[in-house]
Amino acid sequence: MNIDLTEGDVAFRNEVRSFLTTEYPDDIRRKRNESVSLTRDDMIRWQKLLYKKGWFAVDWPVEYGGTGWSPVQKYLFARELAAINAPYIVSFGVKMVAPIIYTYGNEEQKQRFLPDILSSDTWWCQGYSEPGSGSDLASLRTGAVRDGDHYVVNGTKTWTTFGQHADWIFCLVRTSTDVARRQEGISFLLIDMKTEGVTVRPIITIEGGHEVNEIHFENVRVPVGNLVGEEGKGWTYGKVLLQHERTNIAGVHASQYRIDRLRERAQQSVYGEPPLADDKNFMRKLAAVQIELKALEFTELRVLASVAVGKAPGPESSLLKIGGTEVQQTIDALMMEAAGYYALPYVPAQYDLDFDDDDRIGSGSETATSLQYFNNRKASIYGGSNEIQKNIISKHVLGL
Amino acid sequence: MDFSLNEEQAILADSVAKFINSEYDFETRQTIASSDTGFSQEMWCTFAELGITAIPFAEEDGGLGGGPIELMLVMEQIGRGLVVEPFLANIVLAGGILNRAANRDQKAEWLTPLIAGELHAGLAFAEPQARFNIADIATIAAADGDQFLLNGRKNLVLNGATADLLIVPARTSGKQTDRDGVSLFAVPADTPGIKCTGYPTVDALQAADLAFDNVPIPKDALLGELHKGFDTFSRTIDDATLAVSAEAVGIMQVMHDKTVEYTKTRKQFGVPIGTFQALQHRMVDTMTACEQSRSLLYWAVMLADDDESPSGQAVSAIKYQVGSAGIHVAREAVQLHGGMGVTWELDIGHYLKRITAIDILFGNADYHLNRFADKT
Repeated sequence: MNIDLTEGDVAFRNEVRSFLTTEYPDDIRRKRNESVSLTRDDMIRWQKLLYKKGWFAVDWPVEYGGTGWSPVQKYLFARELAAINAPYIVSFGVKMVAPIIYTYGNEEQKQRFLPDILSSDTWWCQGYSEPGSGSDLASLRTGAVRDGDHYVVNGTKTWTTFGQHADWIFCLVRTSTDVARRQEGISFLLIDMKTEGVTVRPIITIEGGHEVNEIHFENVRVPVGNLVGEEGKGWTYGKVLLQHERTNIAGVHASQYRIDRLRERAQQSVYGEPPLADDKNFMRKLAAVQIELKALEFTELRVLASVAVGKAPGPESSLLKIGGTEVQQTIDALMMEAAGYYALPYVPAQYDLDFDDDDRIGSGSETATSLQYFNNRKASIYGGSNEIQKNIISKHVLGL
Repeated sequence: MDFSLNEEQAILADSVAKFINSEYDFETRQTIASSDTGFSQEMWCTFAELGITAIPFAEEDGGLGGGPIELMLVMEQIGRGLVVEPFLANIVLAGGILNRAANRDQKAEWLTPLIAGELHAGLAFAEPQARFNIADIATIAAADGDQFLLNGRKNLVLNGATADLLIVPARTSGKQTDRDGVSLFAVPADTPGIKCTGYPTVDALQAADLAFDNVPIPKDALLGELHKGFDTFSRTIDDATLAVSAEAVGIMQVMHDKTVEYTKTRKQFGVPIGTFQALQHRMVDTMTACEQSRSLLYWAVMLADDDESPSGQAVSAIKYQVGSAGIHVAREAVQLHGGMGVTWELDIGHYLKRITAIDILFGNADYHLNRFADKT
């Protein structure tokens, strides 16, 4: 056992670092550091930049445009991205639907969809949850009925992140109700968002933001060629995808970045106040979450190492999802706590690069801390609530 | 020993609850909160007409002579209704200072219209460098002939942008964190030299940051004794801390009740999710948190009702409780409501925002745990 980096690893890290130093766009850096929301174009521009370097589809097989990196390289890459507070990669295309397409899709689908995902020329969103099917995903009712060369889709999907930006949606739909197990009648279908009968309705979350949506399908005609894999096998494919999603949302490096910022903030005296570093209670909480995160980082490394020797991420990815989101939410609370009374003003308009600093309430991003805290209560709910993750672990790991 | 309400108190609790239930449903609240002013002056006048604004004041000042118990009963209902009208800012904070420190003329000028709902006021209790230490006052009122000149900054002045009257604690002598040397001034909001930046808060209330630049204050604007204002100030903040704790207990109870109800109706895996033991135990824990909080609230209110007792310690106990157990109840309620819990559409998220703001107001759980320890 050792965690030493080889000379090659160090060279790789330096290459990544120097690329990011020169190529990270200044306006995006400012937006990220000043809590300004990125536009759809910002996100695409950033992803295309990585794509042109060949560093976008980190996990894909080389033949489709992947990197072929070792787990250590992937880890180092993610760490370097987080260290500059780089934007999150919108995962629905590159990390979620693409692995399903290149694993279970046919040749035509691979050629049709993968290049545009790789170049970020299509934006994907996810159609899994429904108003009546949250934790119990297999109870989903959105139906796809075969009619000649098409499926006719009717139903409602919900909590669709960035559905307002998406060109395509991948959906779990019910193609048969005449089955022994509910999971068996589910298929994996790709739907063009421009198809007649698809409507997007925004859902505003508690902090006032718009990320998630409800997607309605009314007699939407989808060519049968958009079915991935076999009809009725969608549940199996979807489950594999969820395990990828759960590993992705742990976000250990981003959490480390935020802990580092908190430690810096604790040393400062912005208004002439005694620095938070003098406050033992606060510093103990910061230390505790750092320890928890370090444990999580090594758990993730252990999962990565087992993936490297050919195992798919299994139910233990649930553990990362629970731990990762708990750490995120603890950091959210500490950031808000550090802001004191400046957590309370609700002034989203000042998160704009053109906002006049003289009119700013609080210093920097203090007033954004509560918005982040409220928004991120979702983290322990999405991707399968943390309660569901515990069910998965107790069933599939503990055999209970 | 008797924990029951007397007849008048029971009538008060019942009538405020009925008013909130019938006139202040969540939809009404959301409409009011999203209006330009962020609250309804018409609704505020109704509060005055019903006598709710008069509760904590003496009868000779036009009040109803209520004490901490009556105030607790009102605040719990304000919590349940997520009321955005400035009861805390006008009545508990500004009204509390005027009640304790204003002379007869000042009461006639300020307190009478305040109770009538005709005048709005704000107490500038916070400064940017002070965090939660109310004795840390860098704003200076310097004697200048027959007046004072006020210079300094205040933040999070609740109701500050609407207020006709600002009550400003300022240093007239001593060092920045001394308790001695603090004086309280009644400053009309339209006095030249005041820069006021108003904003809504995350819990849909209204506040403002203020900057004072050589603001002239006549000598007769002094409330109470020169240099001796801190006791009045800190007792008023204790009252307000107790008041928002009662509000929080109201919120906790609603969130717990709504969560139990939701888990009885929301079905997954073919059964109500409330049948899952893993969730049942968590709701037993939130119920326990509600009951324990109510017990501490009663303790603190009863001590506050007894003038002989120093009540700061009990106030810190209940404020710590709502900042820890209360936040726990709120997070659990959101979690058990699933995705719906984090939507703007449902009330659950708005309760979370209010109780989170309450935790921060007048010092968070850590601050009050330390204060409790210091007083033990």
